[in-house]
Amino acid sequence: MDSAAGVVLEVRDLRAYLYTRWGVVRAVDGVSFVLREGETLGLVGESGCGKTMTGLSLVRLLPEPAGRIVDGQVLLEGEDLLAKSESEMRAVRGRRVSMILQDPQTSLNPVFTIGDQILEALGQHHVDGERSLAARAQEALRRVKVGAPEQRMRAYPHQMSGGMKQRVVGAIAVAGEPRVLIADEPTTALDVTIQLQYLALLKEIQARTRLAMLFITHDFGIVARMCDRVAVMYAGRIVETGPTRALFRAPRHPYTEALMASVPRLEGHVARLPSIEGQPPPLHDLPPGCRFADRCAYVADRCRREYPPTMPVGLAHEAACWRNEPSAPSR
Amino acid sequence: MARVEERIDESALGRPRGDLARLPWVSFAIIAVLVLVAVLAPLIAPHSPTEQSLPDKLLPPAWEAGGSARHLLGTDVLGRDVLSRLIYGARVSLIVAAVALLAGGGIGLIVGIVSGYLGGRTDSFLMRSVDATLTFPTILIALLLAVSLGPGLRTIAIAITVLIWARFARVVRGEVLAVKTRDFVALARVHGCSHLRIMAVHIVPNVLNTFMVLLTLHIGFVIIVEASLSFLGAGIPPPTPSWGQMVSDGRSHIASAWWLSVVPGAAIMLVVLAFNLFGDWLRDWLDPRLRQV
Repeated sequence: MDSAAGVVLEVRDLRAYLYTRWGVVRAVDGVSFVLREGETLGLVGESGCGKTMTGLSLVRLLPEPAGRIVDGQVLLEGEDLLAKSESEMRAVRGRRVSMILQDPQTSLNPVFTIGDQILEALGQHHVDGERSLAARAQEALRRVKVGAPEQRMRAYPHQMSGGMKQRVVGAIAVAGEPRVLIADEPTTALDVTIQLQYLALLKEIQARTRLAMLFITHDFGIVARMCDRVAVMYAGRIVETGPTRALFRAPRHPYTEALMASVPRLEGHVARLPSIEGQPPPLHDLPPGCRFADRCAYVADRCRREYPPTMPVGLAHEAACWRNEPSAPSR
Repeated sequence: MARVEERIDESALGRPRGDLARLPWVSFAIIAVLVLVAVLAPLIAPHSPTEQSLPDKLLPPAWEAGGSARHLLGTDVLGRDVLSRLIYGARVSLIVAAVALLAGGGIGLIVGIVSGYLGGRTDSFLMRSVDATLTFPTILIALLLAVSLGPGLRTIAIAITVLIWARFARVVRGEVLAVKTRDFVALARVHGCSHLRIMAVHIVPNVLNTFMVLLTLHIGFVIIVEASLSFLGAGIPPPTPSWGQMVSDGRSHIASAWWLSVVPGAAIMLVVLAFNLFGDWLRDWLDPRLRQV
């Protein structure tokens, strides 16, 4: 993969903090990644590691007034979104960057019909006449395989199943033909068979529109199915990034390794699944060194003193662990 | 999956239409009669509401012994026709209720939405104002206003507006707090909506049900406040009839001339009941989830 070609979104050293009464929570603390056209990047990590905050930072919709982006750059096709005014940002949201959230039950406004809601989203950016908007809305529903879109336009959210609702949310998200789609655990609230259908649908849309997708999840099974590359996040930072296959086969950060070990496998017999002992450090009181040090099986003195830089460990594969330093003895 | 979805029962989609049986006809009828009577008062009232006729004083209603067809609902201590006074009184009740609820409810709705949606300092400031307003004794404020503005319809409307906006603001704010955390508000932002648009287009319809119910419940409250104020002399000046005042005036004769209080009291009760039923129906009608029964 050519590293410079087709980069749609580049995030550089993004820092987003939450200013709470308990102190400054460093939810996103120096996150960098690139997202290319037609590519899906999985952002994985446990609850509270900053995945969702990263997603929200990209469209500058952190919870107010606590959340603030303190540093970094978010380059969308070369333009820094963090330097834009709020009204310029409104033209970006929905049109160039869109989002799908976890819970279809609350993602749709209960008092409006599906049609009204698609039109509302479309109407924020397209100024064509009413008629062509309605046609576009039906087209959007057809794209996510909602049967009988003409009638469905008149339905209310409560008249649809969860899977159907999430497809409508997807339809709204891609109706504006965005370049980047941030999908924040879009299938977590769906049951397993519907999950697979939904993922296939997203893939299909992506294949057609060359959409770049940031797929936030904690499910490795979905990552394996959906993502071209994976970024593993831990305590506000990305600890390892790499092509899905390479990262799954040979994780180079102890956290990724431990996560992989805790996923049950069909082959072989395991009496007891290994788990990662301990808790991640509190994000308002982070240690100076590696944040995984206290839970790491390979911890050394240096890990507690200095945060390891991100080092290349393979083709398009990098990790932030001292053990990957060229001079360091291999395991 | 798509196979199943193709066949959609069209009648189950959208708002079902044409089911007349579910409309609250009784309350529609009472409200319609009230409005008609108020508008057409000079045409349908059999007598002048203020014309006194001492020889005819305290006549009972037509169906009681000693009643006459000239005064269907009897006469009061000054010989004024109760039916005519009731008809003209409907005007006062309606005007006061409409003006005070529109103004007070409107202010309350806006304050509640802004306060709940923006949160932070704005919220603290607005909610402390609400607290301050709610601590003032109702009657005291009204009396103060009456003294400074002079008694009359306008004073009553202003006084009631000042009193009720805070109740609306508080309840609406609570609803907004619940609604604004839902994902569709965040997604509206993602789709490029401004804060103003989100408040007006996405939040308001979701709190409208509560607001409407609150509005109808307050009609009774407004009529009663108007009655109290009129009784204290801070409301409608005496010759103009108002229902509340009629109830108050009849209190001292309740043992001998029951109709003086009971007739306007029944009118208040019917109207409040009608508006409550209407509010119930409206709430269900506005909530798409309650449409299919």
